Amino acid sequence: MADEALFQFLHSEIIQYVNSAEPGESENGRCVSKLENMGFRVGQGLIERFTKDTPRFKDELDVMKFICKDFWTSVFKKQIDNLRTNHQGIYVLQDNKFHLLTQLSAGKQYLEHAPKFLAFTCGLVRGALSNLGVKSIVTAEVSVMPACKEQILCKNIKS
Amino acid sequence: PLKHNSELFTLTYGALVTQLCKDYENDEEVNKQLDKMGYNIGVRLIEDFLARSSVGRCHDFRETADVIAKVAFKMYLGITPSVTNWSPAGDEFSLILESNPLVDFVELPDNHSNLVYSSLLCGVLRGALEMVQMAVDVRFAQDTLRGDNVTEIRMKFIKRIEENLPVGDE
Repeated sequence: MADEALFQFLHSEIIQYVNSAEPGESENGRCVSKLENMGFRVGQGLIERFTKDTPRFKDELDVMKFICKDFWTSVFKKQIDNLRTNHQGIYVLQDNKFHLLTQLSAGKQYLEHAPKFLAFTCGLVRGALSNLGVKSIVTAEVSVMPACKEQILCKNIKS
Repeated sequence: PLKHNSELFTLTYGALVTQLCKDYENDEEVNKQLDKMGYNIGVRLIEDFLARSSVGRCHDFRETADVIAKVAFKMYLGITPSVTNWSPAGDEFSLILESNPLVDFVELPDNHSNLVYSSLLCGVLRGALEMVQMAVDVRFAQDTLRGDNVTEIRMKFIKRIEENLPVGDE
């Protein structure tokens, strides 16, 4: 079983690589895209092996609860701290201590880099949901950096 | 029970290799990039390792080999490779991995015959040891992805790196 520190180091190094492969301020968007897409593929792969023995979910909320509990615990060793929904396809997942952000120093000047540290995870969730039959847009926000609060907005697109 | 966390690392590593194969013209470049990234990880990983294991300073290369196989590999990858094939001079040995967590479910596509998929590991080991004053050469001698029965990492001690001593008063 691979240690979580190893994943953190790899994640951080991947961000460095993608960042240096796309130099320039304006390329921030492309970086984030690349990272998000990588996360998407990994998310899909994780769910493929994860839910082989799990019964089908009864509804969308059930899927979201699975993401918040089982999936998040398996990937980040803890559950989502708070889940809110407007019951119309929008879900907000809050992680008060998002461990991938703890490597970034506290302080406003690093806030601009936060999106890159969240991109992979957004993709991860989007990929997982995709394999569970839920099409979504996943975005993340850091509200309070030192406390590493993170919100994932999950909008379900009905086909 | 599924080894979920190792899958996250394994899948992420796979996604990285896939991305690098897109970005670079040939396998050699990909190998080099993986090695370089591994090196960057290694120089930071060593601190994490020293903080979490209680190993003291290794007195010789044999001790180093044992620590790498029995403590480090176990801690980070959950496997314990065997240490064998020591050179007569005691400066070179092999790590034999029965299974390689990085390559679960991976198959090399036909047009990547020169890809050394797990090159990251070589860099990690090299970078980590450099931080404890050892210059080593690390390479894959056998690779299950390329048809061998086992994965064999060959490590050679090059030289001791002198620590930078502070300049004293003249």
